[in-house]
Amino acid sequence: MAGKPVLHYFNARGRMECIRWLLAAAGVEFEEKFIQSPEDLEKLKKDGNLMFDQVPMVEIDGMKLVQTRAILNYIATKYDLYGKDMKERALIDMYTEGILDLTEMIGQLVLCPPDQREAKTALAKDRTKNRYLPAFEKVLKSHGQDYLVGNRLTRVDVHLLELLLYVEELDASLLTPFPLLKAFKSRISSLPNVKKFLHPGSQRKPPLDAKQIEEARKVFKF
Amino acid sequence: MAGKPVLHHFNARGRMECIRWLLAAAGVEFEEKFIQSPEDLEKLKKDGNLMFDQVPMVEIDGMKLVQTRAILNYIATKYDLYGKDMKERALIDMYSEGILDLTEMIGQLLICPPDQKEAKTALAKDRTKNRYLPAFEKVLKGHGQDYLVGNRLTRVDVHLLELLLYVEEFDASLLTPFPLLKAFKSRISSLPNVKKFLHPGSQRKPPLDAKQIEEARKIFKF
Repeated sequence: MAGKPVLHYFNARGRMECIRWLLAAAGVEFEEKFIQSPEDLEKLKKDGNLMFDQVPMVEIDGMKLVQTRAILNYIATKYDLYGKDMKERALIDMYTEGILDLTEMIGQLVLCPPDQREAKTALAKDRTKNRYLPAFEKVLKSHGQDYLVGNRLTRVDVHLLELLLYVEELDASLLTPFPLLKAFKSRISSLPNVKKFLHPGSQRKPPLDAKQIEEARKVFKF
Repeated sequence: MAGKPVLHHFNARGRMECIRWLLAAAGVEFEEKFIQSPEDLEKLKKDGNLMFDQVPMVEIDGMKLVQTRAILNYIATKYDLYGKDMKERALIDMYSEGILDLTEMIGQLLICPPDQKEAKTALAKDRTKNRYLPAFEKVLKGHGQDYLVGNRLTRVDVHLLELLLYVEEFDASLLTPFPLLKAFKSRISSLPNVKKFLHPGSQRKPPLDAKQIEEARKIFKF
């Protein structure tokens, strides 16, 4: 019951990666059970383990939690990464939602049909450069602290670091106009638990290439 | 500062309706400032009132909160509609996310391009009938209580009632196989604050028709 959380997902980033990041940053060891065939997924469904027939699913503290945000909220609460009061929590949620929106927008590019790829990539870059990164640069500038909320590590710092690394993968020049975000990226990357997760051999997942996506599409028919 | 929350959105359901529902169910009076022209929206942006240049935005307790989930989480916490502990909160979040997903799927049908409408409507009906409603019928059957979590009213009961009314608008026959959900709908609809919100003249918003959507599309160019 009080063992390690068990994560059920494909061996890929997808909607589980932010959960892996948060557990790692909290210093929580976790086990992964990868879905490798349609039968694996079907069994999870048939056994009643997926409330809405969808993954990610995390077994934690006797619960089988689905829905990425519900899982993140639980982990953040349990490991005291969710602010000291209602107001801090509101800021954390507001910032987190913005980050998840952009993370999703960038993450969807690898699944995007080729005829839409160019337009969607341009939109993602525009949003990154003109909407989201300016908003967070401004937060850091306004309070001059090391962390986004409450002057200590919370979940939103982890989510933002994860996002900045994806932005860098998408187009590293997007970060150039944002010195405070670049400093933030270095700072959070240096925290011991995060540093460990960034090392090769950790449970962090690499980006998939088009061939791997195509293969997965054949296996799982999505 | 401790005055009524002020809601900034279009005079439509959109992503603000679930917030209106939650405030109403909590018995909280609120004021609305409708965005009626592109200039209204532009002014909100220019004045720095929208962190990510998007509505809904709610002014509450000295904050200008954006992002629907962040706003809902804050209201639910403040008005004690978010469960008694971490585990209840996890269930509430898991159920709420499922409800928000389906609410979004149904809500998007209105603004869906005509060539996709038939397929998307069929998908929404299938998900309603075969995924989401069975899941919640099962929750109610599992514990035989009046409310989804913790045997008292929480936010998720409000969200589910809102969703069931949209399902009913969409295709009333979808509810037929789910007696416990139908009883739930009646029960929650009868709560005093909810009953008041369901009466004509409340701040609840009606569905838009195709003509109104087209008109709004011209004005706001979405």
